[in-house]
Amino acid sequence: MKKLLLLLVALVPGFAFAAGGNNEHVVHADIDLTDKASLQRGAQLFMNYCLGCHQMQYQRYERTFNDLDIPVEIGKDNLIFSGEKVGNHITNGMDSKQASKWFGAPPPDLTLEARLRGPDWVYSYLISFYKDPSRPFGVNNLVFPNVGMPHVLEELQGLPTKKFETALVDGENKERFIGLESDGTGRMSPDEYNQAALDLTNFLTYVGEPMRLEREALGYKVIVFLLVFLVFSYLLKKEYWRDVH
Amino acid sequence: MSNAPVDNSRRRFLTVTTAVVGGAGAVGAAVPFIASWMPSAKAKSAGAPVEADISKIEPGQMIRVEWRGKPVWIISRTKEMIDGLAKHEDKLRDPASEVEQQPSWAKNRGRSIKEDIFVAVGICTHLGCSPGYYPGTFEEQVEGVPDGFFCPCHGSKFDMAGRVFAGVPAPTNLVIPPYKFLNDTTIVIGLEDTA
Amino acid sequence: MMFQKIVDWIDARIPMTETWNKHLAQYPAPKNFNGWYVFGALAILVLVNQILTGIWLTMNYEPSGDGAFRSIEYIMRDVDYGWLLRYLHSTGASAFFVVVYLHMFRGMMYGSYQKPRELLWLFGMLIYLVLMAEAFMGYLLPWGQMSYWGAQVIISLFGAIPYFGDDITLWIRGDYVVSGATLNRFFALHVIALPLVLVILVFLHIIALHEVGSNNPDGIEIKRKEGTVPKEAQTTQFTFHPYYKKGKTIIDAIPFYPYYIVKDIVAVAIFFIFFCYIVFFMPEGGGYFLEKPNFEAANPLKTPEHIAPVWYFTPFYAILRAVPDKLAGVLLMFAAIAVLALLPWFDRGKVRSIRYRSVLHKLNLVQFVISFVILGYLGVQAPTPMFTLMSQIFTLTYFGFFFALFVYSKNEDTKPLPERLTR
Repeated sequence: MKKLLLLLVALVPGFAFAAGGNNEHVVHADIDLTDKASLQRGAQLFMNYCLGCHQMQYQRYERTFNDLDIPVEIGKDNLIFSGEKVGNHITNGMDSKQASKWFGAPPPDLTLEARLRGPDWVYSYLISFYKDPSRPFGVNNLVFPNVGMPHVLEELQGLPTKKFETALVDGENKERFIGLESDGTGRMSPDEYNQAALDLTNFLTYVGEPMRLEREALGYKVIVFLLVFLVFSYLLKKEYWRDVH
Repeated sequence: MSNAPVDNSRRRFLTVTTAVVGGAGAVGAAVPFIASWMPSAKAKSAGAPVEADISKIEPGQMIRVEWRGKPVWIISRTKEMIDGLAKHEDKLRDPASEVEQQPSWAKNRGRSIKEDIFVAVGICTHLGCSPGYYPGTFEEQVEGVPDGFFCPCHGSKFDMAGRVFAGVPAPTNLVIPPYKFLNDTTIVIGLEDTA
Repeated sequence: MMFQKIVDWIDARIPMTETWNKHLAQYPAPKNFNGWYVFGALAILVLVNQILTGIWLTMNYEPSGDGAFRSIEYIMRDVDYGWLLRYLHSTGASAFFVVVYLHMFRGMMYGSYQKPRELLWLFGMLIYLVLMAEAFMGYLLPWGQMSYWGAQVIISLFGAIPYFGDDITLWIRGDYVVSGATLNRFFALHVIALPLVLVILVFLHIIALHEVGSNNPDGIEIKRKEGTVPKEAQTTQFTFHPYYKKGKTIIDAIPFYPYYIVKDIVAVAIFFIFFCYIVFFMPEGGGYFLEKPNFEAANPLKTPEHIAPVWYFTPFYAILRAVPDKLAGVLLMFAAIAVLALLPWFDRGKVRSIRYRSVLHKLNLVQFVISFVILGYLGVQAPTPMFTLMSQIFTLTYFGFFFALFVYSKNEDTKPLPERLTR
């Protein structure tokens, strides 16, 4: 029994380790699915910068407009560039074989990307591009090393570079990585860019599970109903079991 | 064993209450199962209103568009066809379109918004076949009526406003779908002006 | 009365009232069932949930390599309440194993597998086996990365069979890799064949239960030989079906209906609160009920970084991985299930309930549960040398439970049994 307990103690760090496991550069994305303005901005960013290569082949424009409080006519004029019908899926006409040739792999569908990798990862990825002349598109990514994608939002963020400081480590002067810093050529300030990345993450999270708010709202009602039912069924059980005790 | 007497009224009250609450829960639980049979977003998207260009239809000619999986006819009626509608009303089952087979705004002789443009769902009201259009050759079906529709399945006959002739299997006039004119050359089927 | 007339009319043609009485209203159940005895009823409830939501999912699911993943997202997004039907089904799969594991543990605790309930236990084990097959095949259907590679790995296990292994895996897949052909046959088995077998086995399980009668937390019989029960112990408060009374006097029993029905209804309410909490607020179950890699469509050219089976298989998966030899690992994994089925013969004790058994037995059962849980944890983890060593240790203690039981149960230091049910 003692040995068993010891082993159990030995396991604890294992559990803690299993809980983490993400790349060190992944930071928390403070998103809010009820923030429709943020979702609308995210949708706009997606349609302008992502849709050229990445589809959302399971999500429809109309559903998106309705859920995000975008009037259909406005959405049609401002967010659908391909002239598709509002009832259609959010797709582009990209040929995946051609795309493989350009990027090494076809750009993944993004409908479920935030569910697959988590919002934190998506957000961190969007803010982690940096200049790396050794890569085909001149950029690399801290969260997704050697990624095959160019920095599409460079126009907004500018081109960040890795910054180092010299510090004394174990009696030796070493270069230490302290973060990324944009060259300032983008249209947005660092804060604005982070907000834009957050909006886009928020939108991708919404698309991953568009019924999420509806699900939770229904959940409260169901749980309350079940509690009421529990009270009555418990009283009924007690009433009958008076025969037995 | 308890010696307390069984309180039957309390027991009955609790049984009924629990059953009612539980029954309400069962009804609630049935909702998703029933609702999931409604047309899905995909079906609704496929059933969305369709636009048709009517600028190219010659008088007397018909075009077909698909709306919700059904053929919808759009016919440019000639002057003779329009005039003819009044001449055979004694042979029709429901000449005044009393049966609700059309939006209220189409309850007129031509069963249409504009006299010259006739729009109808091309499905026979008998058993769902699609009748054929016989412009100028309908005399052999109904004497004195030059144009009309004839269903090959069971021989139902309709005039140029989709009104059914008496004595055929089809019970009612053809269905007129909701539609409206976006402009002089474009018609949209599946939408109507609610005013 | 009209109602009575209808009942009489039916009773003259099939034994409706008779069946109702024999199996519910006049079925003698020990009066001391505790909370552990609700999981059988809950298992039936979950089975009904799985069948109903399963039928409804089938209405929109597309069993093909091209369409499966898309059709799941269609159900999640385009079908009214499709997401709810799917979450009920996916959460139900995990809930099924939760209640079945607890139900099995109850049986182990109170010796419900002992004579004369061996066949009842075996039917239960068969249900468990079929349930595992059902879950495994259902898991392929969403056609996500984890579905695909999980199936790939599990089917490859059969490759360990000497001489025929490769031919058998080829035959199971119907292709050189897991493909649409595999998906289609798994779909057919998952929606028709196995549920049918499952329902029949559940029926037999209940028939077997009612034939030998329910065990109870004290592990003593409620049916005594006629004449051995003193007059004052006999009660006439309840009527029991004559079928159960042949030459027997029934003591300390209550009819299943209404007493245990109303009790089970309370259990159902509590169960649904937990169940619905997961369905509505954490349908992914922390990545254990719906796994993240399954949000990506199956890709035969790319294995996810880390694959592990669903949580309810992981104890056995850990045993498989504990052995460095493929065939031996597979055999040991199946042996782990087989020893469980043979439990009635490993246990040579005469006392059923843990309440009256030796301290050694209590410790043995505790270590078994701990071993099972830790193996379950290890099965989820990527194999490291330390984890592999631990898997080996706990595989030993898992099997150790049965062999120790076999040894000490012959002459066990048990407590005296009570004459009557205690509570």
